[in-house]
Amino acid sequence: MSSRIDDALRLNQTALNLRAARQELIASNIANADTPSFKARDIDFASALKEVMAGNAPKLAMDSTASAHLSGAGDNATVMGVPVKYRIAAQPSADGNTVDMDVERGQFADNALRYEASVKFIGEDIKAILSAIQG
Amino acid sequence: MSLFNIFNISGSAMTAQAQRLNVVASNLANVDSATGPDGKPYRAKQVVFETTPMGGEGGAGVKVSSVVEDASPLKMQYDPKNPMANEQGYVAMPNVNPVDEMVNMISASRSYQNNVEVLNTSKSLLAKTLGIGQ
Repeated sequence: MSSRIDDALRLNQTALNLRAARQELIASNIANADTPSFKARDIDFASALKEVMAGNAPKLAMDSTASAHLSGAGDNATVMGVPVKYRIAAQPSADGNTVDMDVERGQFADNALRYEASVKFIGEDIKAILSAIQG
Repeated sequence: MSLFNIFNISGSAMTAQAQRLNVVASNLANVDSATGPDGKPYRAKQVVFETTPMGGEGGAGVKVSSVVEDASPLKMQYDPKNPMANEQGYVAMPNVNPVDEMVNMISASRSYQNNVEVLNTSKSLLAKTLGIGQ
């Protein structure tokens, strides 16, 4: 029975995890707004969620057991097994930094709102399950 | 968890920006320091930011990798009565450009504010997550 409850919550749980991971990526972009030659990164949320839900995402990501370990954040960086992409800057700056603060702030607010929505959805799912149990 | 890692990421950025602000303050304070502890005029300093991996999944914080001195020529000021003056009567003054420093200061404080906002948003998201199922 518990697996059914699991299944009922799995979509929103996965979405929440992906939103949190994306929030971290955008926070990294904002933190590195003044770092020379930093490249802004992001994930394509819709396709990422599809891939993770279908179980297509490769599960062999490198495990880091200490904060000093490199994340392997090179060309093949992944978040929850989903490849991280680089943003294409509309106005690249001379120091090679591609963080556009307007875009990042917008995406950050957008992602935060959608995260809250997912939290709400999970809360409603739990309420629905509870009412099914308690009658 | 990712959201907790944002505290580290934004925190590192705030530390780096505060250090940049510190250097700006030191530059502005020493705009007229014709001599320092080594007997030479003060030279403007700049911080160099560097990305540093933080957390498992693609998180990237910032650190100040080094503080470099501005190598541009010192300002020569004509002041023959000054004891520091050379044979031609010129005194070497710091190469601090107050306009550059003010711009740097505003940029640093805005970046700092951005990161504070990121931190606050993450905090409220975490608080909402704690409320799931209540």
